Amino acid sequence: MAPSIGLPLAVLALPFIAFVLLAVAAPLRRAGRAAGLVSILTMALAFAAALTVWARGLVFEATWTWIPADGGPIASVGLMVDSLSQAMLVLVTLVSLLVQIYSLAYLHDEPPASLGRYYTYQSLFAFSMLGLVLAPGFLQMFIFWELVGLCSYLLIGYWYERPAAARAAVKAFWITKLGDVGFIIGIVLLWSATGTFEFTELFDKAQSVSGLPLIMFLIYLGAVGKSAQFPLHVWLPDAMEGPTPVSALIHAATMVTAGVFMVTRAEPLFALVPEVLTLIAWVGAFTALLAATMACVEGDIKRVLAYSTVSQLGYMMAAAGAGAAQAGFLHLLTHGLFKALLFLAAGAVIHAVGTNDVFRMGGLFRAMPHTGIVFIVGTLALAGVPPLAGFFSKEAVLGGVWEAHLTGPFLMLALTALLTAFYMFRVVFIAFFGRAHAGGHPHEAPWLMRGPLWILALLTVLVGLRLAAGGLAAGGVEGHEEAPGWLAPLSVGLALAGFLLAWAMYQRGVIEPARVATALGPLDFMARRRYGLDTLYAGLYRGIMLGFSRLIGWIDRYLVDGLLNVLSALTLRAGARLRGIQSGKAQDYVYGVAFGVLLLIVWAQLWR
Amino acid sequence: MIGLSAYLTLAALVFSIGLFGVLTRRNAVGILLGIELMLNAVNINLVAFARFSGNVTGLVFTLFTIAITVAEVAVGLAIVIAIFRVRRTVEADRLDLLRG
Amino acid sequence: MRPLLPELSIITWAPFVGALLIMFTARHRPRAVRWIAAVTTGISAVLSIHVYAAYDYETAGFQFYEKLPLVPPLGISYELGADGISLLMLLLTSIIIVAGVFASWTVQVRSQEFYALLLALVTGVYGVFVSLDLFVLFLFYELAVLPMYLLIGIWGSTGEVRPRGVFAWAFRETGVGTKEYAAMKLTLYLLFGSAFILVGIFALYVNAGATSFSFLDFEASAFPRGLQRWVFLAFYVGFGILAGIWPLHTWSPDGHASAPTAVSMLHAGVLMKLGAYGVVRVGMGLLPEGAADLAWLVGTIACVNIVYGALSSMAQTDLKYVIAYSSVSHMGLVMLGAATLTEPGLNGSVFQMFAHGVMTGLFFALVGLVYEKTHSREIFKMSGFGKAMPGIATAFTIGGLSSLGLPATAGFVAELLTFLGAWRSAHRWWLFAAVAGTFLTAVYVLRVAKQIFWGPPAHAFHHLEDARGPEWVALIVLVFVLVLFGMVPGLAIAPVGTATVPLLSRIVSP
Repeated sequence: MAPSIGLPLAVLALPFIAFVLLAVAAPLRRAGRAAGLVSILTMALAFAAALTVWARGLVFEATWTWIPADGGPIASVGLMVDSLSQAMLVLVTLVSLLVQIYSLAYLHDEPPASLGRYYTYQSLFAFSMLGLVLAPGFLQMFIFWELVGLCSYLLIGYWYERPAAARAAVKAFWITKLGDVGFIIGIVLLWSATGTFEFTELFDKAQSVSGLPLIMFLIYLGAVGKSAQFPLHVWLPDAMEGPTPVSALIHAATMVTAGVFMVTRAEPLFALVPEVLTLIAWVGAFTALLAATMACVEGDIKRVLAYSTVSQLGYMMAAAGAGAAQAGFLHLLTHGLFKALLFLAAGAVIHAVGTNDVFRMGGLFRAMPHTGIVFIVGTLALAGVPPLAGFFSKEAVLGGVWEAHLTGPFLMLALTALLTAFYMFRVVFIAFFGRAHAGGHPHEAPWLMRGPLWILALLTVLVGLRLAAGGLAAGGVEGHEEAPGWLAPLSVGLALAGFLLAWAMYQRGVIEPARVATALGPLDFMARRRYGLDTLYAGLYRGIMLGFSRLIGWIDRYLVDGLLNVLSALTLRAGARLRGIQSGKAQDYVYGVAFGVLLLIVWAQLWR
Repeated sequence: MIGLSAYLTLAALVFSIGLFGVLTRRNAVGILLGIELMLNAVNINLVAFARFSGNVTGLVFTLFTIAITVAEVAVGLAIVIAIFRVRRTVEADRLDLLRG
Repeated sequence: MRPLLPELSIITWAPFVGALLIMFTARHRPRAVRWIAAVTTGISAVLSIHVYAAYDYETAGFQFYEKLPLVPPLGISYELGADGISLLMLLLTSIIIVAGVFASWTVQVRSQEFYALLLALVTGVYGVFVSLDLFVLFLFYELAVLPMYLLIGIWGSTGEVRPRGVFAWAFRETGVGTKEYAAMKLTLYLLFGSAFILVGIFALYVNAGATSFSFLDFEASAFPRGLQRWVFLAFYVGFGILAGIWPLHTWSPDGHASAPTAVSMLHAGVLMKLGAYGVVRVGMGLLPEGAADLAWLVGTIACVNIVYGALSSMAQTDLKYVIAYSSVSHMGLVMLGAATLTEPGLNGSVFQMFAHGVMTGLFFALVGLVYEKTHSREIFKMSGFGKAMPGIATAFTIGGLSSLGLPATAGFVAELLTFLGAWRSAHRWWLFAAVAGTFLTAVYVLRVAKQIFWGPPAHAFHHLEDARGPEWVALIVLVFVLVLFGMVPGLAIAPVGTATVPLLSRIVSP
C-alpha cells in the first residue's frame, strides 16, 4: 500500500475526530467558542493536508472490507484519490475552513450550547463531504451522500424553534430522499448486474450490463434531488432558512454539487448511455433557465442567490450531459469559490441591516465598501465577465454544449447567461447603490468575517487569471476541443446586455420594472408563484400521501381490527346468552345430572 | 324367601327418595339428609350383592362407606354451619354465588 | 469436551433466579429489587458478550452445547446450543433487558412483582433463542408470552379509541383502547399462534418417526414435500403472528401502546424477533422445501406489512402508536429479507432483527420518558421539546434516522442487504416495496420528530426536563450499539453468516 495514504486519511479523519470529540465531550461542546476553535483548528490541519495531497498530485486507491459475505465482501469502503478528488478536497476543506471562521463572528450572539452544536454539525459535514469526495465506489458515495443530507437537514433546522426553519429542513430531507430512492435502486440494480460497487471495476464491466440506461437514469435521480434539478429543486430556496454561512458552504459550494460530482465521477458509465446524457443536458439547461427567471422576481437576497445556485447547477449538469463533464466540474470548482463568496457577503449584509429583503436595503456600498467590493467581484464572476474565474468555466460549459450539437439546451443556457447578469446586477443596484433607507446604521462586518470574504474574492480573481494564462488545461479540463471563436464575445455580450438591462431598470429608472412585469404578465405571475411547483408538492403531500395514510389507518383500525372486534364481540354475546344456564344453585345442576341420567337410562332401554 | 330383586327395588326406592330430597329441599341440612339416603341406597345394594354372591368384599366396602359417610356428614354440616355464620341462612336458593 | 461453565444455562436462568430472589428476599425494598434485577440481567449480558466473542467461526454450527434428558420415554430433553443467529439474538436480548431495567427504574406501583415478571419473561426469551429441543423451546415460548398479560393488564396505560365505522358496536362491547383489552387481545392472539406451532411440532415429531424432539434430529430427517408445505404454513402463521404479519398484526399496536415502557421495549424489541427467529430457525431450518415453495407468500405479505405499516404509522396521532406501527413496517423488512432466500437477504433479515430491536427499544424508552414528563402521548399537542430535553431529542433523532435507514446506523446495513437480496430473489418487485417503505418511514419519522422537538415550545407543558441518571444508561447503551453496528456491520454479519449460509444451502439445493 502506498505510504502516502496517511495524508488523505488525515484529511478525512481530522474532521471526524473533531466531530466525535464535540459530540461526546459535552462540556467542550457547551463551551461554544472553544468548540468552534477545536473545529477550526482541525479543519485548518485538514486543509493543509488536502493542499499537500493536491500539490504532490497523489493518485491511489485503497479499500477495506465493510460488509463481509461468504464469497468475498459484499461491500467495502476506501479512499480514491485522483485529480477529481484532489481538487474537491481542496475546495471542500478551504470553503469549510473559511465558513467556520466566518461563523465564529456571524453567530456571535448565539448561546454557547447552540454554537457548540453548530460546530459539531459542521465537523460532521466536513467529514461526510470529504468521505463522499474520496469514495471509491457507489456504495460509499451513497453512505456519505446521505450523511451530508443529514447535516444539511440539521443545519437548515439549526434555529429549530422557528417553524419555517423546521419545515424547510424536513422538506429538504424529504425531497432529496425522494431522489435517493432512485439512487439506491440504481445502485442495487447495478450491483446485481455486476456484483460490485467499485467504480474502477464497474467501468470495466458496465458494457455488458443489460438495462444500463434505466439503471443510470435511476442513479441520475439521486443527483436530481441533491443537485436541485427540475423538478426536485424546490427544497433549495427554502433551505435558506438556515444560517447564511451554512447556505454558503452546503447549499452553494459543496453539498449541492455532489450530484454533479457523482455524474462526473461516473462519467464512463454515463457515456455508455447517450439517451440518459441527453436527458441530463436538457433537464440541466431547463433548470438553469427556470431558476434564473425565478431569481429575477425574487426580493429576498438569499433566495436570489439560491435560485442562482440552482441555475448554475443546471449549467454544470448540462455540461455533464453534453459529455463535457470536465467543463462542468471546472464550473463546479469556480462556482464553489464565488458563490460561497456571494453568500458570505450577503451574510455580512444581512448581519448589518437585519433583513433579507433587498428592497429594504439601499446605498450599502458607502456604508460597507469592503463587502460591496467583494460582492461585486462575485457578481462579475457569476455573470461571466473576464478575466474572473466564472467566465472561463461558463464559456467551457457553453462550448461543450455547443460541441455536442444540443442547440436547444445551448439557447436556454445562453438566455440564462443574460438573465444571470440581469438578476445579479439587479441585486447590486438595489442593495448597494439605491437610495439609502432611513433608520438603522449599517456598519462593516468585523475582520473575522471580512477576512474570509477577501480571501475568496482574491481566489476568484487569481483562479481567473491562472485560467486566462494557462488555458483551460490549468483547471483540469483535459482533452477539451477548442470552443468556436464567437463564443467568448457572445457570452461577454450576453453578460453586458444583462448588466445594461439591470442598470437601465434599477439604476437609471429608464425602464419601469412594473411595466416589464405587466408586459410579461403570465411569466411574471408564474415565476412569482414558483411555477406552482411548491403548491403541487404540498398538495401531493397533504392530499395524496397524508390522505392515503389516513385511509389506511382508518381501514386498519376500523376494518381489519374491526373484524376481529366483531368476532370477539360475538363471542362475548354468545357467552352472555349462555351464562343464563349457569344459575349458581347446586340443585339446578343436580337436576341436570339426574335428568341426564334418566335420559341415558331411557335411551339404553330403547336401544336394546 | 325374598329375592335379590326385592333388595334392589328397595335400594332404588331409597335412592329415588334421597334424590327427590336433594332436588326439592330448600334447607341445606335437608339436602345433606337426602345425600345420606342416596349413599345408604348404595350400601343396601352392596350388602345385597355380597349376600347373594357369597363374596364378602361388598360387606367390607360397606363398612368403609359407612365410615366415610360419617366423615362426609361432618364436613358437610361444618360447611353448612360456616355458610350460616356468613350468610345467616342455609336456604339453598340463596346460595348462588357461582351464578354466571 | 465439557466447557468449564454451562454458559447458555446461566444466561437463561440468571434472570429467573433474580425473579425468585426478588419475590422472596426483597419484599418492600424497592432499591434492592432494582439492584437484583440489574445484577442478574447484567450477568446474562456479560456472558452473552462473552459467548459472542468466544464463538468459533471456523467450526460454526451449534456451540456451547448442553444436554440433560428430561422425559426419556418421549425423547424430551433440555438441550441448548447457539449458532450465529442465536448469538446475535442473545446479545440483543441482553442489551434490551439491561436498558429496560434502567428505563423502568422509576416504576412505583408494585415494582417487586413488576420486575419479577419482567425477569421471568426474559428467561423465556433467552430460552427460546438457545433451545435445541422443540418441546422445551415451546415451553420457553409460552413462558415468554404469558407474563405479558399481567404486565400489560396491571401496569399498562389506557388509551382512547373512538368507535366508528360499521363495526362501532363491536368496539363498544369489547372496550377497545383499555389496557385490559390490549392485554387480552395480545395474549389470545399469541396463544392462538402457539396452537399452530404446537401442531406443527407434533406433526414433525410423528412424521419423523423420531424418538426425540431435538432440532438436530429433525434437521437430519427428510420430510415429504406435501407435509413440509402445510407444516411450514403452520409455523409461519404461528410464529408470524408474533412477528406481526399482516393482517394478524393488530394486537401489536394496541399491546405496545398500552404496555409500560420496559415491556414495550422488550416486546417490540425482542419478542417480535422471537416470531421472526422462529420462522427462520424452525420454519426455514427444518422445512427447506416448504420454505422454498411458500417464499412468495411470506415475501408478498412482508411487502404489504412494510408499506401498510408505514402508512398506518403516518396516520397515527398517538406517539406510541406511531412507534408500534413502525415496528409492523420494520418486521415486514425482516420477513422480506428472509423470504428472498438469498445470502444478503437473510443476513439482512437477521441484522434487521437486531437493528430494529435496538432501535425500537430506544424509541419506546424515549416515548416512556416523554410520557413520564408530559403525561401526554398526543403528538399534535406537543411542540418545541428540543429546548427542554436536548438529550432525548438527540436520541430520538438518531433512532429515527436508523429507522429510515440512514447510513452509519444499523438500520442502513440491514436495509441495504435486504434490498440486495430482494433484487436477487425470484420476485424482483419486492425491492420497490422495500424502498418505498424507507421513504415513507422518512416521512413519518421526521414529521413526528419535527412536531415534537422542533418549533416554538408548547405552552401547555411546564417543567420539562431532560433524562436523568439511570435513564441515561439506557439511552446511551442503545444509541451506542445502534451506531457501532452501523459503522462496523462485520461485527454482526460475520457470525450470522456462518449460520445463514448452511441454512440457505439446504433450501437452494435440498
